[in-house]
Amino acid sequence: MGQTILKAADIKKVFPGVVALDGVRLDIEEGEVHALLGENGAGKSTFLKILAGAQPSDGGSMLFNGQPLDPADTPLARQRLGIVTIYQEFNLLPAMTIAENMYLGREPLRRNGLIDWRRMYRDAQKVIDDLGLDLDPRMPVRVLSVAEQQMVEISKALTMNARLIIMDEPTAALSGKEVDKLHEIIHGLRAKGISIIYVTHRLIEVTAVCDRFTVFRDGRYVDTRPVAGSTVQDMVRLMVGRDVEFQRRRDRFAGDRVMLEVRGVSRAGSATDPHACVLSDLSVQVRAGEIVGFAGLVGAGRTELARVIFGADGCDSGVVLVDGQTATIRSPSDAIAAGIALVPEDRKQQGCFLPHSIRHNMSLPSLKRLSKWKFFVDEAGERALIADYTRKLGIRMANDEVAIGTLSGGNQQKVLLARCMALHPKVLIVDEPTRGIDIGAKAEVHQVLFEMAKAGVAVIVISSELPEVMAVSDRIITFREGRITGSLPAEDATEEELMSLMALGGPASSLAGSSLPGSGAAAHVHAAH
Amino acid sequence: MTTAATTSPLATQPPKKPRGFDIVQFLEKYGVLLFLIVLCIAFGISSPNFLSVRNVTNILTEVSIYGIVAVGMTCVILTGGVDLAVGSVLAFGALAGAWVVTNVGAGAFFGMGFLVALIISCAIGTLTGYIHGKTITLFNVPPFIVTLGGMTIWRGATLLMNDGAPIAGFDAGYRWWGRGDVLGIPVPVLVLFVVAAAGYVVLRYTRYGRQIYAVGGNPEAARLTGINVPRVLVSVYVIVGFLAGLAGFLLSARLGSAEAIAGTSYELRIIASVVIGGTSLFGGMGGIGGTMIGALLIGVLLNGLVMMNVSPYFQQIVMGVIIVLAVAFDTYAKMRRGKR
Repeated sequence: MGQTILKAADIKKVFPGVVALDGVRLDIEEGEVHALLGENGAGKSTFLKILAGAQPSDGGSMLFNGQPLDPADTPLARQRLGIVTIYQEFNLLPAMTIAENMYLGREPLRRNGLIDWRRMYRDAQKVIDDLGLDLDPRMPVRVLSVAEQQMVEISKALTMNARLIIMDEPTAALSGKEVDKLHEIIHGLRAKGISIIYVTHRLIEVTAVCDRFTVFRDGRYVDTRPVAGSTVQDMVRLMVGRDVEFQRRRDRFAGDRVMLEVRGVSRAGSATDPHACVLSDLSVQVRAGEIVGFAGLVGAGRTELARVIFGADGCDSGVVLVDGQTATIRSPSDAIAAGIALVPEDRKQQGCFLPHSIRHNMSLPSLKRLSKWKFFVDEAGERALIADYTRKLGIRMANDEVAIGTLSGGNQQKVLLARCMALHPKVLIVDEPTRGIDIGAKAEVHQVLFEMAKAGVAVIVISSELPEVMAVSDRIITFREGRITGSLPAEDATEEELMSLMALGGPASSLAGSSLPGSGAAAHVHAAH
Repeated sequence: MTTAATTSPLATQPPKKPRGFDIVQFLEKYGVLLFLIVLCIAFGISSPNFLSVRNVTNILTEVSIYGIVAVGMTCVILTGGVDLAVGSVLAFGALAGAWVVTNVGAGAFFGMGFLVALIISCAIGTLTGYIHGKTITLFNVPPFIVTLGGMTIWRGATLLMNDGAPIAGFDAGYRWWGRGDVLGIPVPVLVLFVVAAAGYVVLRYTRYGRQIYAVGGNPEAARLTGINVPRVLVSVYVIVGFLAGLAGFLLSARLGSAEAIAGTSYELRIIASVVIGGTSLFGGMGGIGGTMIGALLIGVLLNGLVMMNVSPYFQQIVMGVIIVLAVAFDTYAKMRRGKR
């Protein structure tokens, strides 16, 4: 460790209506692995985008190697300076070889201006060997596992003479062994004097690989501390301690009738597709009128289980019962017929038909009911339904012929909720119900969920925002790496407790001082039966 | 940041009406119709025969043949797909129908030979459409490729069937479907009217129509809304195939012979009708009304150029330019919509 390579001070960023960064700072020393921690919405991503040159800041200064960084720099300009970001979604071209990806746009040329392939493959091989990897630079990237692709990204960064590598959730899709390998490589990079900003939710990894950590909270700088002498609980405490954003509800509607029962859902997962993660023997019960919150990191299995229940993705084994009846669910339409409705995670990609009218968006799955001779749309009935739910949910629009794409996020979400409510479901699953919508609309969406519970619907709420899960749920189920790690009444749950269940797989107290090497151990898979 | 902000000042304002006159928006809506009218007037002035009853009837009959297929093509393009095989399928159906009728002998069907030919032609169209649809959905091959293959496969099959020779010698009952009229309206025009009206009603007023738009607008959202996406996709290729068979029968009746090379490059004309009519190649937006205007525009343009003794080679250039312009405008208007 030596001199300071990056000195960012007083960085500000304002988005319309939101202060994303309120004067944060970050100092990185040469040859240091520095963890950047914070909850979702703490401002980490925004800060890293500014550092990478993908977004301009609204104030503050950054010194890199003692030189001030030009705020107008493009990502390319920052890369030339040696600041390289490895994003969660890799920037690799699958059809090209490893070497072609490593030197993309910077191919070594011969004197006549043509690409010097021999030199390119030789140089690539050298970088790969230096990292101690067993990869052939002539292999196309498409055949590589996620972990290997990440190694290619790191190799690529080295060909750019990176001085500072930013790794955003580098282990999110890796198995235990692969995490160990990555950490080994990180140690090697550090020995070369390269600095690394390591962003992760897996705090145990911070203790394993990082030298210092900095915590952001709600767009503000909290503290920077050495990892030595800090515990995971210290980190959690620094990340969480904040005002409660949502008021916890007091009235409960949960009855005794089990409305949704999921037994033993398992899936082997796929090595090349980080979205098809392993699910290990997941069982859940939700009673009528109960709101159950699913908490976990992205890819921990919360959304994945919901999609299996809804028939959007497959599983190897498992049984779903709705209101005591076994439901055979092979597709979303089976699930809807069984009385399950889903408001999907990504409003724009999976929920809305953006260019189509609000009317068409809202009534689509209910048309089976609202039809004459099962063929013609009963337009009078349709309009009545729209008017009904527009009023109930307080959807603000000029008229129902307007394209849903012109509405605000909050109103779009309400239309999707209305779409599900109009099906009169027994089970309602809402994934990230308030992502990207303003605080007022959030409260209104929560109110809708309460109404549904009051009417006897079993509700599952999935959210990355712990305060939200705690505010709306009766009970919270935590997920980690495809397993359920806890189920506790929301009244008693604390954020610290939930965080350690999500990050460590157990209550904070029992894990104090424990060090799980490479926490991403591949969950063992139950045989399909 | 507390729940006190429930009064939500950030709630959506109702979308504002664009101030004043927006030329792009106007052209998006009425541009093609306007162009059609201008074209009619221009041709009418420059060649007096253009607006004669005889020529107008001629244009409408010509338009009807591919306009019928364009109704099905609208459904296909609404799902975000395309069918390049329609011209070949049209010839395949017509030739197969004519082959059966003439080889078995017209007398064998009690004077109802046309019905047999009609059924065979439509059945062949339906079957090929089903094969296209299933190949697209089962093996995940892009519609462009599947129907490009289909285009040469069915053309080849047609040529094989009668060694490339045409089949003629239909009875009057058969020919009536191409040349006859009801109260002065040519039969193909009547058929087009029925098909277009049915297409309009289905797309606009039925669940199935909504599903077509939904699948084209956002396939993943459609799936999560409980729509059987593969089934909808197969169905539109079946529809366009059936209509191509029907059009093939009508064309052979009109020409008095089923030609193995009939309908060559019709796919271009049909797709152009749909696209000029404002249906987005990206799927999810458009309708039958626009397609009909697009089909008319092409019919008028081709006929008018002939009347003005423009080289038929030049006609091909004009067609190509118009298609590219129509799509370019569609993309431009869409981009503007996105910005607003």
